[in-house]
Amino acid sequence: MKEETSNYKSIIIELEKEEYAIPVDVVGAIERIQHITRVPRTASFVKGVINLRGVVTPIIDLRERFGMESVAYTESTRIIIVHMGQFNVGFIVDAAYDVLDIPEESIEPAPQVIGTVDADYIKSVAKVDKRLILMLDLEKVLSHESYQAAKSTEFEG
Amino acid sequence: MENNEYLEVFIEESKEHIQSLNDQLLILENEPANMDTIGEIFRSAHTLKGMAATMGFQDLADLTHKMENVLDAVRNHHVNITSPIIDVLFQAVDQLEGMVFDIAEGGNGAADVKELVHTLQAIEQNQEVIEAIPANAHATVETALNQASAFAQLDQFELAILDQSSENGFQNLQVTIKLNEHCLLKAARVYMVFEVLEQIGEVIKSNPTVQELEEENFDLTFHVLLVTKDTADLVKQKILKVSEIEEVITESFSSVQEQADQADSASGENADRQEANESLSSKQDKQQEVNQKKKTSGVSNKTIRVNIDRLDGLMNLFEELVIDRGRLEQISANLKHAELQETVERMTRISGDLQNIILNMRMVPIEQVFNRFPRMVRQLSKDLGKQINLEIIGAETELDRTVIDEIGDPLVHLIRNALDHGVETPAVRKQNGKNEEGQLLLKAYHSGNHVFIEISDDGAGINRDKVIKKAVSNQVITEEEASHLTDKQVYQLIMSSGFSTADKISDVSGRGVGLDVVKNTIESLGGTITIESEEGKGSLFSIQLPLTLSIIPVLLVEVVREKYAVPLSSIIETAIINKVDILNAHNKQVIDFRGKVVPLINLKQIFEVPAEEEEETFYSVVIIRKGDKMAGLIVDRFIGQQEVVLKSLGEYLGDVFAISGATILGDGQVALIIDTNSFIN
Repeated sequence: MKEETSNYKSIIIELEKEEYAIPVDVVGAIERIQHITRVPRTASFVKGVINLRGVVTPIIDLRERFGMESVAYTESTRIIIVHMGQFNVGFIVDAAYDVLDIPEESIEPAPQVIGTVDADYIKSVAKVDKRLILMLDLEKVLSHESYQAAKSTEFEG
Repeated sequence: MENNEYLEVFIEESKEHIQSLNDQLLILENEPANMDTIGEIFRSAHTLKGMAATMGFQDLADLTHKMENVLDAVRNHHVNITSPIIDVLFQAVDQLEGMVFDIAEGGNGAADVKELVHTLQAIEQNQEVIEAIPANAHATVETALNQASAFAQLDQFELAILDQSSENGFQNLQVTIKLNEHCLLKAARVYMVFEVLEQIGEVIKSNPTVQELEEENFDLTFHVLLVTKDTADLVKQKILKVSEIEEVITESFSSVQEQADQADSASGENADRQEANESLSSKQDKQQEVNQKKKTSGVSNKTIRVNIDRLDGLMNLFEELVIDRGRLEQISANLKHAELQETVERMTRISGDLQNIILNMRMVPIEQVFNRFPRMVRQLSKDLGKQINLEIIGAETELDRTVIDEIGDPLVHLIRNALDHGVETPAVRKQNGKNEEGQLLLKAYHSGNHVFIEISDDGAGINRDKVIKKAVSNQVITEEEASHLTDKQVYQLIMSSGFSTADKISDVSGRGVGLDVVKNTIESLGGTITIESEEGKGSLFSIQLPLTLSIIPVLLVEVVREKYAVPLSSIIETAIINKVDILNAHNKQVIDFRGKVVPLINLKQIFEVPAEEEEETFYSVVIIRKGDKMAGLIVDRFIGQQEVVLKSLGEYLGDVFAISGATILGDGQVALIIDTNSFIN
């Protein structure tokens, strides 16, 4: 993928004081928090759906997806709209910064223990000017197996 | 290819012509003497051929051309229509269809049509139709081939020219020229011979090819096929004037053609494609001549073809408009400004009309789907050894394009089912005092906001006991439940999934495998399917479908602070119910609704709406139905009726329980649309 190019353009987001990178080419938009319509009986990290300029878009709370403690939304909370294959999804993150060029040579494979986030969701890490940036494996984040498992049980009535 | 812009039109029109061929052939089978039909088929084939040739789909053009020849022979009473001939023609149409589909999918429509072409050729020559081209005929005919003619493989265009020439008083000669053994410059001699030939007529083909002759790539003998007005003798004399010619033999070609055809048809697989191709290219000019003669028949009607994508685009834009209309209505209602309200009302009315027009533009007669059934029934009844008369009523009934696209497969399934399991064999029917020919009726009609499609047969019907037995043994229902079921409910069982996944269902006299798929498809379209049946008399499958899928009327309801939309099509009515009227049965809340026991479903609980429990004295209930069954949805408040645009929840969420989609309300928020079917089992 993009790692082969010398610079890895990413949107830097913040979750629980840590910085994560999402490749800029899958990001469709960055939105402020707006009314989210809850969709019953879906996984708890699925916050619901929003009207994104006429397209009904599901919203995932990344904190919950990664098993972090959930916090109230603030002024800086953002929704990152991501287009991955057939999926159109929005991620709720604590904050979103600008685009950052991550030089390829600063990228290293993810160490076994990274702390807050399950190592499965991290593809690699990058050190840029003393900042440690965790690069998300979006396919894993959106993977359906884990989503299905998290889905609540079927209706029995 | 630069033809790309015409490709779509070509494919569409080809499909129409193929359909017309199918239809007319079916008529022809029943009325072999119907000249109108033959004319119609001929025209369709002719147009198709012309189009295919123009677009450069050679195989397609070749095959149609052969069909056309057969039809021409029929038209001129050289050939009488028989069932085997119809079979071959159908095969050819199928082949054509396959080629067109190939082209539609980006292929070049190439296919090995040799066998069919030869069979058609044989028919045209009024020979017995050989069921399958026998491989054992090979050896015998091959020798015949060598003796008979050097021109076994003539392509359609060459044959066409030959045909035409004899009609116009020319004669076709096969001339065999043998050069003197000591001839030094063979190519020069050949050139001189051709000079002579071209003065007295036209060379259609040579064997070896002109190129090979020029390269002296032949022994001493070569053959040409000549169209001329001169007599054979004269031709012979003129050629002999060229020096170093040993011998000239002239024969009338038509006499050998038949043999050649026969040989040809048998050695189809053996045929040397290379050679055919070469001769083809050498005769390109001739082909062009023929092509030019083809006229495309212009059909004039007052419709235009619109790409469905454009219509979808229009529809999407209109959906946006419907959402904004909702928003405007809301604003004007809040502001209570008389002039604004008036304007909004006008706009609402106009956009309502506009909506109807757009929806109507997307309406397509169900004919499109029904069209393929006569062929299918014909084939199936042959395969099954049954006699079936298919009657179609209401093919002009119109349905939304999206529904049309989806409904074909379920109908195919049901018809197969009716033929396979419903209608009995002629012998059994006779025994039971029925007409040997089974009746299958396919009927479509509008009623209210729905379209009904019915498939009925006068076959064996469904055996209630057998269905129950099977259902109990498959644990679809318990024995106890079975005793309470009405006939209709029992018949519904054959469409339950537990029922059809079982193997060997077909030994139940009733119906067959995979009906649950049919049911699911129809329900996903917002429709329902019911079965009526009388043992020994037949069955009726009735499908009810909404006219359109994209804009639906709903009742908006509120549960705590969440808004949900319930499709009006599944609502019977709304009611306010006193808590004391709620009864308990089997630990479930039920009410007595007009004498019927209706279970209640508390949306707050089922949708896990976050809220503190409040005790209320009255419940707002939406009575919904699915087929004969009813249920009551407890909500907090009815908001009102509204037309909404159905939108998908997106791939990521996939199937969500009891939610069939979403819509965007006037205030820009998303409301979920409830799939009431999932509440009723």
